[in-house]
Amino acid sequence: MPLIKIRDLHFYRGNRAIFEGVNIDIERGKVTAIMGPSGTGKTTLLKLIGGQLRPDKGTIEVDGQNVHKLSRSDLYELRKRMGMLFQSGALLTDLTVYDNVAFPLREHTNLPESMIRDLVLMKLQAVGLRNARNLQPAELSGGMARRVALARAVALEPMMIMYDEPFTGQDPISMGTLVNLIHRMNDAMGLTSIVVSHDVAETAEIADYIYLLSGGKIIEHGSPVQLRRSGSQWVQQFMQGLPDGPVPFHYAGPDFDEDLLKPEEYA
Amino acid sequence: MMQNKSTEIIVGMFVAAGIAALFMLAMKVSNLGDFTDEAGYQVTAEFENIGGLKVRAPVTMAGVRVGRVSSINLDPTTYNAEVTINMYSQFDNIPYDTSASIYTAGLLGEQYIGLVAGAEEEFLQDGDVIDLTQPALVLEQVIGQFLYSKAEGEE
Amino acid sequence: MINLIRSLGRWGLGTFERLGRGHLFLLHILAGIPGLFLRFSLVIQQVYSVGVLSLLIILISGLFVGMVLGLQGYNTLVDFGAEESLGVLVSLSLVRELGPVVSALLFAGRAGSALTAEIGLMKSTEQLSGMEMMAVDPIRRVIAPRFMAGLISMPLLAAIFSAVGIIGAFLVGHGLLGVDDGAFWSQMQAKTDFYDDIMNGVIKSVVFGFVVTWIALFEGHDAIPTSEGVGRATTRTVVHSAFAILGLDFVLTALMFGDE
Ligand SMILES: Nc1ncnc2c1ncn2[C@@H]1O[C@H](COP(=O)(O)OP(=O)(O)OP(=O)(O)O)[C@@H](O)[C@H]1O
Ligand SMILES: [Mg+2]
Repeated sequence: MPLIKIRDLHFYRGNRAIFEGVNIDIERGKVTAIMGPSGTGKTTLLKLIGGQLRPDKGTIEVDGQNVHKLSRSDLYELRKRMGMLFQSGALLTDLTVYDNVAFPLREHTNLPESMIRDLVLMKLQAVGLRNARNLQPAELSGGMARRVALARAVALEPMMIMYDEPFTGQDPISMGTLVNLIHRMNDAMGLTSIVVSHDVAETAEIADYIYLLSGGKIIEHGSPVQLRRSGSQWVQQFMQGLPDGPVPFHYAGPDFDEDLLKPEEYA
Repeated sequence: MMQNKSTEIIVGMFVAAGIAALFMLAMKVSNLGDFTDEAGYQVTAEFENIGGLKVRAPVTMAGVRVGRVSSINLDPTTYNAEVTINMYSQFDNIPYDTSASIYTAGLLGEQYIGLVAGAEEEFLQDGDVIDLTQPALVLEQVIGQFLYSKAEGEE
Repeated sequence: MINLIRSLGRWGLGTFERLGRGHLFLLHILAGIPGLFLRFSLVIQQVYSVGVLSLLIILISGLFVGMVLGLQGYNTLVDFGAEESLGVLVSLSLVRELGPVVSALLFAGRAGSALTAEIGLMKSTEQLSGMEMMAVDPIRRVIAPRFMAGLISMPLLAAIFSAVGIIGAFLVGHGLLGVDDGAFWSQMQAKTDFYDDIMNGVIKSVVFGFVVTWIALFEGHDAIPTSEGVGRATTRTVVHSAFAILGLDFVLTALMFGDE
């Protein structure tokens, strides 16, 4: 049984459809990647899984529980077992790096401070920022903040982690380390990972399975090898990063030529 | 953690300062403080008219506060006002034949009782009565008398 | 014309919706307050940023308001030969009105706007959703301690304001203008009632603290998560708080002192 089962998901922002009938299965202990052009709703999907947004139609089950039918306290119990790495990091700005990583431990456990210290240092060591523990979040670069957020997301040793763009803003070295880290955590802790990313190469390297999302639908899914061999032009364009092809670079609307013929719009 | 501790100390001082301010308002600014010096002895004085005298009005001697009005009643037989004064216990050597008058502080101020010491060797004690009293000046009466005497003089 | 009515209707509906959300938000906060007693250090931390950091402006304003009251009051009273009543005038105006009202207005400007900006920024940088995903309720963890801190700090600040103001008036009245100090204090004591004046002032400041902190936190939590949205929310906090303080002051004054 998959850990996460999404069926016939519909979600609208105002009149705009973000999802129209999406089905996704996320297998336990695997790394599943969700890829797609910017603005297709990848972050939105993670928020739906985390129960922060409600679908307009369809169901999302995590570990056999329908996320949007749970009572508040059950949802919070479930979230303790879900880690999420926000695109922005979402570190608490009034706490130091150390206190940020310690935050979930202090909130949800009664561990003595000495044990919390050991756990926090271990997690920070894993992301290479143990010696940055006394810095304030404002003193970190974007990439460092994301790594601290990762250490925080795994602090409670959850059953799954959702990574929203873990690779953006990382230099090649820490990118390699991160890819390794995600891999290792999956193997060692039996974690289920969901990686949202545009970085085709890195994602393909660690993902066991990839879903390609566009225009509110799943365009294609399969293992990285299957996708590379896919006959679909769309998939080829995305996987190889070609500028021309069926994937529009532009936000939907009238053509540029048409707009040029309407000088009165901002007059 | 270090920083935490100093925050707690500063917050503690802030709360203490706030409570001290409340305490000052209660004790120094309001009449709550008066209930603490209630210990004393009671004397009564009968006035023909007390004007606007109120309970808790000050009682002074030579401008020094020596007590406070604790209750005001109407004597059912004489129809005079019977004022009970709570004298502070440290003023225990006030002559027996002291007189009491009702004055007004300033033109529009509050009314208070002024005592003028007599010459007796004996002192006032709890339950004693001050016999020599002078009623409050009621402005309307004063003006009325003035107009009356003026009219008489012109005749 | 139809458009005007329509936009009026939309405005009305929007206002009611916000009011409703504001009250639900308040209920949620109140539900979180019992849990705070187990973690009082969270509240202490906030009393520092809400109360202690407002102290300076309260002290300075209180002193000057008191000194001005001393001067103005003296100049008015001296015409009637009633300058001994300066203490009464100052204490009653401060304890009943100026203390609670002016300190609440200053509190809204100093602490309320800071609270709104802080919460609004936490929202726009996803710190609040981040907490939710860590299974920590931000209303209980972040908002409720700040609410409690506002509730604790406001009456203390108002009391400090009044006390400092009375001292300021005394310095001017006695030190500068030569009002007899005995008369100043004794008249004040004679005419200021602990329950009618001081306690009612304290009640006012508790109500103002409640309302200002509530408005500030709600505006922050409800802000559009952009820099402009947070900026507007901050302005709204100050304006709405000022209206709420002055309006409630009228109502409370009518209830407390109306039937004298
Ligand atoms: N709060 C919101 N209100 C209205 N529309 C929103 C809101 N948040 C996101 N959207 C819209 O939903 C769509 C999906 O947003 P989302 O953040 O999920 O995209 P994404 O796939 O994560 O993009 P990226 O790869 O750039 O992070 C966007 O087109 C955006 O316009
Ligand atoms: Mg995104």
